[in-house]
Amino acid sequence: MEKSQTYNDTVVRQFAVMTVVWGIVGMAVGVLIAAQLIWPSLNMDLPWLHFGRLRPLHTNAVIFAFGGCALFATSYYVVQRTCHVRLFAGPLAAFTFWGWQLVIVLAAVTLPLGLTQGKEYAELIWPIDVLITVVWVAYAIVFFGTIATRRVKHIYVANWFYAAFIITVALLHVVNSLAIPVGALQSYPIYAGVVDAMVQWWYGHNAVGFFLTAGFLGMMYYFVPKQAGRPVYSYRLSVVHFWALISIYMWAGPHHLHYTTLPDWAQSLGMVFSLMLLAPSWGGMINGIMTLSGAWHKLRSDPILKFMIVSLSFYGMSTFEGPMMSIKTVNALSHYTDWTIGHVHSGALGWVAMISMGSLYTLVPRVFGRESMYSEKAIDLHFWVSTIGVVLYIASMWIAGVMQGLMWRAVNVDGTLTYSFIESLKATYPYYGVRLLGGSLFLVGTLIMAWNVWKTIAGGERNAVQAVTEPA
Amino acid sequence: MDAGTWRGIFTVVMLLLFVGICIWAYSSRRRSDFDEAARLPLEPDGESIPPAGDAGRTEH
Repeated sequence: MEKSQTYNDTVVRQFAVMTVVWGIVGMAVGVLIAAQLIWPSLNMDLPWLHFGRLRPLHTNAVIFAFGGCALFATSYYVVQRTCHVRLFAGPLAAFTFWGWQLVIVLAAVTLPLGLTQGKEYAELIWPIDVLITVVWVAYAIVFFGTIATRRVKHIYVANWFYAAFIITVALLHVVNSLAIPVGALQSYPIYAGVVDAMVQWWYGHNAVGFFLTAGFLGMMYYFVPKQAGRPVYSYRLSVVHFWALISIYMWAGPHHLHYTTLPDWAQSLGMVFSLMLLAPSWGGMINGIMTLSGAWHKLRSDPILKFMIVSLSFYGMSTFEGPMMSIKTVNALSHYTDWTIGHVHSGALGWVAMISMGSLYTLVPRVFGRESMYSEKAIDLHFWVSTIGVVLYIASMWIAGVMQGLMWRAVNVDGTLTYSFIESLKATYPYYGVRLLGGSLFLVGTLIMAWNVWKTIAGGERNAVQAVTEPA
Repeated sequence: MDAGTWRGIFTVVMLLLFVGICIWAYSSRRRSDFDEAARLPLEPDGESIPPAGDAGRTEH
């Protein structure tokens, strides 16, 4: 048995391919709604194409479909390789793939129909929430089962991050989605008023912290050393990084509710914890970037490493920006403006998407039995197109956001508002144009990647099988 | 003791725990284990097994 044991890469391949597919879908919807903000008639006067319905479809598709599939694919790959064992409970792993795809399809059907719970990033109606919970429990069994049956003593740090992501997302999802169903498609949350808001943003910010950060840091801790051919800069720093990050993130949520009816002490607590987050975030970023110390020349020739190092730079930028924006006085300017949208995309496109793309470029040829991706030039082109896209996107939203904040707070000597809302909207139009261009470039980059992945698979081995390596 | 005192004690315990983790992670006794762990991503890829038709497939 031991001799013939092989890695289960089937499920890795499935999730890897769907990452690219859902990436295109989610980003295309994003481009459409960015265009709708300039030309509102693009909703064709159809309720199903209304901005209010497509916006949650965009966020769900990029976070849970694109990001989720990338996390499933890489975590299944990494946990097998670093534990020297085949994935635990193969059929259950297959179930997580089909179950997760079903969740995504159901989301894509229900959201345009206007079926929603109305909670940001937790819009899906209760029957889908139940399905998510079942799939997630299966995911946890597969992942922790693999760790439990590992053949090396140490649990590699990437697995710690993936583990924290899996456990915390289960907790967040269940607690925030608690509701009383009153029909097949409708339910009421068990929380009310400010408690509901607090639970929602405890969920919302930890979705950022554990879904969009911890999981992707797991990716970073495996694929950056793998691609650079060097061990991580400091393993002991990675241990401290892990415990500091997961301890602090939990309490940062209230910064989404500054100047609301949330008790003032809770707002200040959220702000202080958000500020403290700078330390572990930058510790992790430095650890990732410094992995290349002594091998910086590789950045010149390896476009995959460019993806990874630039993603870490965006991670550093957005985790500096985030704590700054959580300061109440800064938040008074930034909140409800497009600055927030810029900040989110600096993290989501710059960090989450680019580290996923870099990791996929490392992973795809390996699981399809090829030496490397079909075209290295296409990776380089993808890198530049998407980097320029992100920069255009976030720069335009920064300027637009600060401008909006300043216009909304400007008052005349007699105390009346200097600008009407519509004046600030009119002033924002040119920046919406630049944002649409930036987002479109990012989508073009993903299409280049899709072509490259397609060509790699076509010339590869769709059923490639690798033997489990013996522990050293 | 009231809830506030318990929360204060809990905070101090968590702080000491974190300081303990830092000391543990940076102790020289951990070095060789950590060096070994850090090399896990650098191991060569698993040996490819040529799929010799469906009958010979080792994946199950």
